[in-house]
Amino acid sequence: MKIILVGVDGTEQRLDAIEGWRVMEIIRDHGFPIIAECGGACACGTCQVEVDPTWQAKLHEPREDELDMLDQNYANEWSRLSCQLIFTPELDGLRLRISEVALADAA
Amino acid sequence: MGNCKTGVVMAEETITTDVVVIGAGPVGLFAVFELGLLDMKVHLIDILDRPGGQCAELYPEKPIYDIPGLPLVTGQDLTDRLMEQAAPFNPQFHFNEQVEEVEKQADGSWLVKTDGGLTFNAKVIVIAAGGGSFQPKRPPIPGIEDYEGKSVFYAVKKMENFRDKKVLISGGGDSALDWTINLQPITKSMALIHRRDGFRAAPASVNEMKKLTAEDKMKFHLGQVTKLHGANGQLEGVTILDNDKNEFQVEVDTLLPFFGLTMKLGPIANWGLNLHENLVPVDVEKFETSTPGIFAVGDINTYPGKLKLILSGFHEVALMAQQAFRYVHPDAKLTFQYTTSSTSLQKKLGVN
Repeated sequence: MKIILVGVDGTEQRLDAIEGWRVMEIIRDHGFPIIAECGGACACGTCQVEVDPTWQAKLHEPREDELDMLDQNYANEWSRLSCQLIFTPELDGLRLRISEVALADAA
Repeated sequence: MGNCKTGVVMAEETITTDVVVIGAGPVGLFAVFELGLLDMKVHLIDILDRPGGQCAELYPEKPIYDIPGLPLVTGQDLTDRLMEQAAPFNPQFHFNEQVEEVEKQADGSWLVKTDGGLTFNAKVIVIAAGGGSFQPKRPPIPGIEDYEGKSVFYAVKKMENFRDKKVLISGGGDSALDWTINLQPITKSMALIHRRDGFRAAPASVNEMKKLTAEDKMKFHLGQVTKLHGANGQLEGVTILDNDKNEFQVEVDTLLPFFGLTMKLGPIANWGLNLHENLVPVDVEKFETSTPGIFAVGDINTYPGKLKLILSGFHEVALMAQQAFRYVHPDAKLTFQYTTSSTSLQKKLGVN
């Protein structure tokens, strides 16, 4: 199972994904720049990703605490916190990019 | 337990102590305990207004499950218990202060200076600064740096500064809502912008904001600021992209973004320490940096196999204290003792 991570230049990386892992953990463990300062507690907003519009319907709605963190991190309509997305087989092929805000945090 | 604030201590006075700990998070607090057992006095400096660091600032209510002996503890409870554990050693706290400079003295000790004008003289410095210092989040609007401090502000220090201004506040939390309501009466015009029609602020504040909007005393925009217009740091207007993808310009001379806090390494980068990807490399025997007498413990340090766990930090401070002792009490003999059996340690803890 894979996650497709789209780079700033449009290139795609196919990351091995494991069921039950947070998408944040999958991205981080592949060595991509994502800080995830709070370690997945939905408390810092530094793991923000933009999920491809075609995949939005497959994701659960963000909870209130995720919305709060997105508010504080200049999110757009496609933004999610990758620490709040648990990978399941239904998400095989999930296409996303690390948000500009998160990339700036990691820079 | 002391709580010295800027202004209480005379600016010219130098505070002399054994150890300055930078950062009053869980690891900094436990450093007080380990250093205290070895007869070292500690002053702690933190940019926040209270102890606990990330535990208190980012996740006070969230449960932590991996603290040995505490199967479940919240960030705030852990902070409270570490404060209790440190209390016998009478640590002195200096909150709302950021360490700007450290300077080696001829006698081998260190001068530590804060942005609030405090000066410390210490034999040892322990950096327990976690992810760095908390700073307001800067929204990713091109060129915003040029306006900061002139017409873009991340805090309201004096309300009077905003009298007769055309103010736009950005954000959806308590700070954004409270300042919208409190500044509205004295401003020339007030507007709030937020990306959704939901707020994490007190419902009463949200209702008050909606009332002011209904009465046409202020404006509320759903969307985000995408461009700033002005010259020489003076804002003249902003471009807003609303949620229906319409772009329009609004005339404002002041922008107050309230997006919470983020962590940045900050002045530590200027202290001449070796750094590796914004972390401070240390050895794994003493957790000392490349500069003798300066230690780094907890999330801010790095070494082979490092895990960013609170419990790793606890281990690190115990070993750090052994080496710190040699700097603080160079002529004393260090004997290894257990708190369970040593009457001398128990006396220090006030339990015997």
